[in-house]
Amino acid sequence: MRELSLNVLDIAQNSIAAGATLTEITVEEDTAADRIVLTVRDNGRGMTPEQVRKVSDPFYTTRTTRKVGMGIPLFRMAAEMAGGGLSIESVPGKGTAVTATFVRSHIDRMPLGDITGTVVALIRMNPDRDFRYVRKWNGREFAVDTRELREILGDVPLDTPEVADWIDAYIKEQTEAILAPSSGEGPEDVPGN
Amino acid sequence: MKTLAELQAIRDRAREKMTVRGDHENAVRVVVGMATCGIAAGARPVLNAFVDEVAKRHLDNVTVGQTGCIGMCQFEPIVEITMPGKEKVTYGKVTPEKVARIVADHVVNGNPVVEYTIGELMK
Repeated sequence: MRELSLNVLDIAQNSIAAGATLTEITVEEDTAADRIVLTVRDNGRGMTPEQVRKVSDPFYTTRTTRKVGMGIPLFRMAAEMAGGGLSIESVPGKGTAVTATFVRSHIDRMPLGDITGTVVALIRMNPDRDFRYVRKWNGREFAVDTRELREILGDVPLDTPEVADWIDAYIKEQTEAILAPSSGEGPEDVPGN
Repeated sequence: MKTLAELQAIRDRAREKMTVRGDHENAVRVVVGMATCGIAAGARPVLNAFVDEVAKRHLDNVTVGQTGCIGMCQFEPIVEITMPGKEKVTYGKVTPEKVARIVADHVVNGNPVVEYTIGELMK
């Protein structure tokens, strides 16, 4: 994976496969604490403690088509090589939360990448499921929740092209607004930052 | 700024269009592999490029979907296109740049882009 947002997409696909009707993605950056925390939380079928223990092993998968499952191991590797770590909380029948932490300034921390693209792709491909995306930056935050958008849209599906475009533009604008360099610090990946 | 009022206007326009939409005899299905291997190889921008191209051309008969790993990870991003009465065509190593031509030649005009297919990549 070249961007953390692709790991997030991959982990969220596990939530979809676990039958989640609601998946929450949180991206939290704190420059003072020099930390990034990424969380994917779902209300899917969950895992037993035994399964939680095994998912970091690339040679464990619930799939029957192949014998390897690389999603969690790759995400864990990305976190650990950037001075952080990965934890999984899961309750069978209730859901799973995967949390990865990163030292923001670590030389081996991959860029966050196009997280908006990840959220929009998930919504477009799963219009019958709900997603909540929360972006936090140094104490400021915004959230977009498809359950709230659905109240406005009524019977118009979330994957209608104009709707998906609106969500894409909305997330980008809201992100820029909370990243506004009032503190004198720009968003990540800006040259000189 | 994007406002919720704008979203309401989009809803109202979409409702008008929905009434003229119906089932299509020419239903075309585009499926992008979105397992770990596909995502790592660049499936997300390919998927979004297909959705954008289909929307831009107002191809109401085309649906874009996703699938898991089909066991040919070395050829990801993989895209399968199914058209009624025709054999499924599988493209490999698809990039966003290839999407416009696949939609124009194959989805719209029914001529698969042979040079982008998995069969051709394996030669």
